Amino acid sequence: MIEVRRLTKLFGDAPAVRDVSFAVSAGELLALVGGSGCGKTTTLRMINRLIEPTSGTVLIEGQDVSALSGHVLRRGIGYVFQRVGLFPHMTVEQNVAVPLSLLGWEAGRMRGRVGEVLELVEIEPALRQRRPAELSGGQQQRVGVARALAAEPKLMLLDEPFGALDPLTRDRLQRSFLRIRKRLGLTAIFVTHDMVEALLLADRIAVMKDGRLVQVGAPQQLLASPADEVVERLLDTPRRQARAFDELMAGVAR
Amino acid sequence: MSEQLDLLPGYLTAHLQIALVALLVGITVSIPLGVLAARVRWLEQPVLGLASVIQTIPGLALLAIMVPLLAAAHLPSIGYLPAFIGLVLYSVLPILRNTVTGLATIDPALVEAARGVGMTPRQRLVRVEFPLALPVIIAGIRTSTVWTVGMATLSTPVGATSLGNYIFSGLQTRNLSAVLVGCIAAATLALTLDGLVRLVAIGWERRRHGMLGVALGALALLYLYTGVTLGRELVQARQERILVGAKTFTEQYILSEILAGQMTHETGMAAAVAQSLGSTVAFDALRSGEIDVYVDYSGTIWATLMHRETGATNRSDVLVEVERFLRDRHGIVVVGALGFENAYALAMRRAMAERLSIRRISDLVVHAPALSIGGDYEFFGRAEWRAVRETYGLGFAAQRSMDPSLMYQAAAQGNVDVISAFSTDGRIAALDLLILKDDRGAIPPYDAVILASARLQHRHPEAIDALRRLVGTIDGDTMRRMNLAVDEGGQSPGAVATVFLDALWRKP
Repeated sequence: MIEVRRLTKLFGDAPAVRDVSFAVSAGELLALVGGSGCGKTTTLRMINRLIEPTSGTVLIEGQDVSALSGHVLRRGIGYVFQRVGLFPHMTVEQNVAVPLSLLGWEAGRMRGRVGEVLELVEIEPALRQRRPAELSGGQQQRVGVARALAAEPKLMLLDEPFGALDPLTRDRLQRSFLRIRKRLGLTAIFVTHDMVEALLLADRIAVMKDGRLVQVGAPQQLLASPADEVVERLLDTPRRQARAFDELMAGVAR
Repeated sequence: MSEQLDLLPGYLTAHLQIALVALLVGITVSIPLGVLAARVRWLEQPVLGLASVIQTIPGLALLAIMVPLLAAAHLPSIGYLPAFIGLVLYSVLPILRNTVTGLATIDPALVEAARGVGMTPRQRLVRVEFPLALPVIIAGIRTSTVWTVGMATLSTPVGATSLGNYIFSGLQTRNLSAVLVGCIAAATLALTLDGLVRLVAIGWERRRHGMLGVALGALALLYLYTGVTLGRELVQARQERILVGAKTFTEQYILSEILAGQMTHETGMAAAVAQSLGSTVAFDALRSGEIDVYVDYSGTIWATLMHRETGATNRSDVLVEVERFLRDRHGIVVVGALGFENAYALAMRRAMAERLSIRRISDLVVHAPALSIGGDYEFFGRAEWRAVRETYGLGFAAQRSMDPSLMYQAAAQGNVDVISAFSTDGRIAALDLLILKDDRGAIPPYDAVILASARLQHRHPEAIDALRRLVGTIDGDTMRRMNLAVDEGGQSPGAVATVFLDALWRKP
């Protein structure tokens, strides 16, 4: 469904993304994983042209994204930010309705759809007239997801969507996101620096380092045969944590 | 006091007409300009820089400089327009700066979110950036409101009526209650408008629709009132009305009222007074036809406009030459001399003069290096002062410019030793000051003459006839008495003028 071909971005003379190619099929969730500055967010932003690539192409259902004007393209793609980005002067409902009003939906249909997606992300009706500042971090991110889902996008892009949340909230949101994704059959690409999150959520994982794609594969594939040291090291942390946890549990059982 | 309060509706309306309209135009100019400056980065510094430079010009100077600028552009340079333009310029900076700051300090994450959901740059501005910057912009509007309402009091010296009429004429005629009424009214108006804008802001931010409605309604009513009265005045301005100018001192206020009263009495035409015009502003206004009549002094025209030697000159010769000069060079009609002279004269405390045995300016020369001199704002820049200094070789230890209304008091109390007095000022006698004889004739004669525009003579010769009946009716003692009645007696110039005219009309 999405094909990224030899995508490159130079900031001045410094390459941020070098010659990255991958494909995501319909209904698939791809995680872009890597350390800070590896080019994963830049890659994500070139897909909906928040950043214009220096060279390379992005095809969505066979169509080159550069053929559309940027804002029209972005209206068809859900986008969730790490920093949420809810508009503080609007209520929860108004925030969720923004993409719909940009597409010119009429009021009644818009209201129905806003109710639907807010229900989907489990935001109770009492919160819907509130301003974002009156919500908890987790609630805000749910509204952010609802806004991204509102226009029934073919594709969702998520930039470290759960990164700023406390572990319990993060876990609850991750599971809720998986559920929604299954139900809607979403195609999504999400960026994270957390390998555990990638292993739990993604169908396939793309590991990046210094602007290059190091390895793309299913979680099992990566675990079984890491392409290089970088991938190895990224996987090492969750392994060690799992081992420590097992030992702890064994101790408790005895 | 009640006499002052009677003037309030008129002054307040005129004040609103200048301040509110200037503010509205200021807002509609500066917000788009601020948006533009925030968008086009290279514009920001020049635009903000220019607005800041305008702001550093003292308010009075900014308004005053509009007069020659507008005159050069052949636009009405006295009255509403110079005050309006000056205030618009002054109102821009706070709103402009806050618009730029408000837009520049929006969280970049929100701008990116707006892009991310697919807004065009224009939608981003209208739906996200502008609403988020609005509280900061409104704070700028509030600052601008207070400044503009306060500054509008400075419209008076450029010939537009405002609450400043209380303050300027009150200071000149030593009428403290007038000054107080003016200050309190201006401050109350500024705070009221500021409060209304604040209520609009709070109502908007907290979605208190009732509060928003009441505040916006009150502002709308004020604007409606201003618009209607302004419109009505524009219509009336097309009808014939004679405008009498007055410079910034008591004698001029009284004379302008006498001129206006006389013309209305004899011709039945409406005559209004434009108060507190600067000295050259009044002359320029007459020349350009924005006022029809005012009283000037022969010696002033002789020295300042004709640049003539101020040496010993005969009173009637000066008058004849001035008349010819004004007619030939400026098309101005000299209706006639009122009958008194108001000359620049050096005065000092009688006791001190007697102790130093000074009676003439020549006697002053040896003592001057130990004495200080005080003069009104223009005196030390005028040809007469240069002539006095050169003719007598005078050199004082210190010289100080001060308001003419304070000068006499300063001399009486010994804050300065010698002052550039006006010979008709009643306070010379009242405060026991002595006028020094200009024994070498350095200062020209200063006959008070009625000057009228050629247009008035052409269109309303009956008004000129009415004025001609005033020629020779006011002698020096009469003028001194009338000045003193205002300066020390607490009467208004209008009341003193009425008494004079009543007596005049009763005469056969």
